[in-house]
Amino acid sequence: MTKKLTISALLVALAMILSYVEVLIPFNFGIPGIKLGLANLVVVVALYLLDARQALIISVVRILLVSFTFGNMAALLYSIAGGLLSFIVMVLCRKIKGLSTMGVSVAGGISHNIGQILVAVFVVKNLNLLFYLPVLMIAGIITGFLIGLVAGLIIPSVRKALQL
Amino acid sequence: MPKKRDFILIGVLLVIALAGLAVTRLLQHQSGASVTITVGGEVYGTYPLNQSREIEISDDKGYNKVVIENGIVHMEDADCPDQYCVQHAAIRSSHETIICLPHELVVEITGGESSDVDIITQ
Repeated sequence: MTKKLTISALLVALAMILSYVEVLIPFNFGIPGIKLGLANLVVVVALYLLDARQALIISVVRILLVSFTFGNMAALLYSIAGGLLSFIVMVLCRKIKGLSTMGVSVAGGISHNIGQILVAVFVVKNLNLLFYLPVLMIAGIITGFLIGLVAGLIIPSVRKALQL
Repeated sequence: MPKKRDFILIGVLLVIALAGLAVTRLLQHQSGASVTITVGGEVYGTYPLNQSREIEISDDKGYNKVVIENGIVHMEDADCPDQYCVQHAAIRSSHETIICLPHELVVEITGGESSDVDIITQ
């Protein structure tokens, strides 16, 4: 129990640092609003090393903490929507045989962006926002690919280091 | 390590996205006639695209300045924290939008007729 708690706390802290790094050095894809989402690396790793419940808590806690500290509160609703949809999709994809962190992370990246745009459609009440979907999908594939690649590389070492 | 199914999934998603992009381009290809600004879903105003003007929107959510110039529209200024609307490229074709999410504001090109049709009917 103590070990679980400690690892969760460690991962939340790591996610916050990664979010902060991204605030300081934005990875610009040339499209306003598109981010790499480095903190999602932590969520993917947690999903593979811990159980889904713990990974969910880590994801929600880091979204709240990041929004309260150096994010902006107006974006909290979008972060939660994207974070939750992406989490549900990743949990489901993880159960599919033959998918590695790469596929899981790409599915997560895309659904994160879809979750955000759906909330935006409701907030501004304009369906024309859906025209951004294809671009957001492509962005989600690219960021998910990168995150999934790194996650696949580091998960074995992290598992060993944490003696899980 | 990535497996075969990962790449199949990525491939399928990429095809869907690119098809969507093609449809988007097709629908946004028509030139628009007017500019509609909505705040929180309520229409704030509609302006002809061919008349240059500056529109300042100021309410409790914040401040935005939209500029219509030579048939194209851009967000000149805004006091939102992310500034994505200001960075957004200028728009000119129907269904194109500039969104300022913190202010729940949408600038939209509306009332377009296909320029292709015009050429054919002439």
